[in-house]
Amino acid sequence: MFESIGEVVLVFWRTLLALPHAWRQRQKIFEQFFEIGNASLLMVCVLSFFIGAVIALQTGPVLAERSLSSAIGGVVGIAIAKELAPVMMAILIAGRIGSAMAAELGSMRVYQEIDALRTMNINPIHYLVLPRMLAMVAALPMLVIFAILVGWFGGAVVADLNQRMEIPMHAFFSDLKDVVVIKDVANGVFKSFCFALIIGSVSCHQGLTTIGGPRGIGRSVTKAVVNSIVGIVIFDYLLTRLLLP
Amino acid sequence: MSAANQNQPGVSVVVRGLCKSFRDQVVLTDVAFSVNPGEIFVIMGPSGSGKSVLLKHLIGLEAPDAGEILINGEPVASPEVAEKYRMALVFQSGALLNSLTVGENVGLYLTEHRLKPPAEIERIVVEKLADVGLKDVVDKMPSDLSGGMKKRAAIARALVIEPHLILYDEPTSELDPLSSVVIGEEILDLNRRIGVTSLVVSHDRDLAFGIADRIAVIVEGRIVTIGTPQEVKNFSNPLVQNFLHADFKREPKIEVL
Repeated sequence: MFESIGEVVLVFWRTLLALPHAWRQRQKIFEQFFEIGNASLLMVCVLSFFIGAVIALQTGPVLAERSLSSAIGGVVGIAIAKELAPVMMAILIAGRIGSAMAAELGSMRVYQEIDALRTMNINPIHYLVLPRMLAMVAALPMLVIFAILVGWFGGAVVADLNQRMEIPMHAFFSDLKDVVVIKDVANGVFKSFCFALIIGSVSCHQGLTTIGGPRGIGRSVTKAVVNSIVGIVIFDYLLTRLLLP
Repeated sequence: MSAANQNQPGVSVVVRGLCKSFRDQVVLTDVAFSVNPGEIFVIMGPSGSGKSVLLKHLIGLEAPDAGEILINGEPVASPEVAEKYRMALVFQSGALLNSLTVGENVGLYLTEHRLKPPAEIERIVVEKLADVGLKDVVDKMPSDLSGGMKKRAAIARALVIEPHLILYDEPTSELDPLSSVVIGEEILDLNRRIGVTSLVVSHDRDLAFGIADRIAVIVEGRIVTIGTPQEVKNFSNPLVQNFLHADFKREPKIEVL
């Protein structure tokens, strides 16, 4: 396990060292960025709407019973911006994009395409890992901002329509505006930036170290997703602790 | 030795005492041979004898446990060798990047190292593909090509590098006899035209005796013999003779009246 963690850190470090080559890989970065955004936007939209909705549904009636229904906007706003949007989107992206990255790099490794790159003196970190990592780092925070807005809207819709709450939208957003400050959203976006690095490093490492045939690729994909999620959850706690006021 | 022009002279390769094991499995034991500049040197042996691993050592994809590999007298692992001499490996599977078109694959070395402007790269790609008998495949994906076409595209990709040393890993495996002959002729033709040192790993006896200046036979990770095709044919070692003369022995049917 510790060997794998060390290798992931090494992949991350080598990618950092490759940053001066980023401009040369801009076309591939854009392609990967489009791939991540295009593949995930609809899913992000649906997921975050219902996360907002369910948080409003769970907390709204309890607050309303205690005559605190005006606080629903703030509760939903904070929960989504600081915690649920970054974590849920990171898990979604680990499942959708991290798995695809591990599978693609894994198959390139198994079918000797990565060896072929090396024989042409092309560094796989520069050519394959750097564009994926940068695209992930750019795309995930943007998706999280989008998810936060859609999640708030989902919460507002449920708070407005549910008979046990009946908080009009303007009142929901008014409370949300009073409670949520820009720093809360920035916290969530910063978390998603760190999660993107975790997903990119873990998935690319798993892909690059794939051995065996199709079975090995399957194993790498599973490991990429599971290890990414474990990393996300652990770092979520550490980052939350770090960002506490 | 094949006639080689002097525009792009090949390099010499010297291997001394090369040993390699993967965990407990010994793959190469004290392998030693030398290849002259511009020579076609074939390493043949049965499957699992360590041929492909040897090839990966020669191009620096694997590090040996012991021994040394010298390219024109300099260790293959030294950075100077990578700068001074260009080497290319034609993989058994072709190893074309499936996400790129054939043209992009062939021009990848030039594109990534920014050695030529895009229009010039396009021209070179078409030229190199034509050299290996491929036309109208520039925009096709590797999955649209047959096995033989993939191998020829891989050779074209190697040619773009303008190598001093070109290594072929089982160039005729999975090919029909006609395609095998075409690939063999390509290897000979390239050697004659550009004088590149060619090192071919194969278990194809027809290919080896058809194109080789010299042949080394490797069995269970050891070089058993090295010589001209005729010398290898006459070598009396039973391991070599078994490999060279292995054939089906079908008993005639006995008609029961």
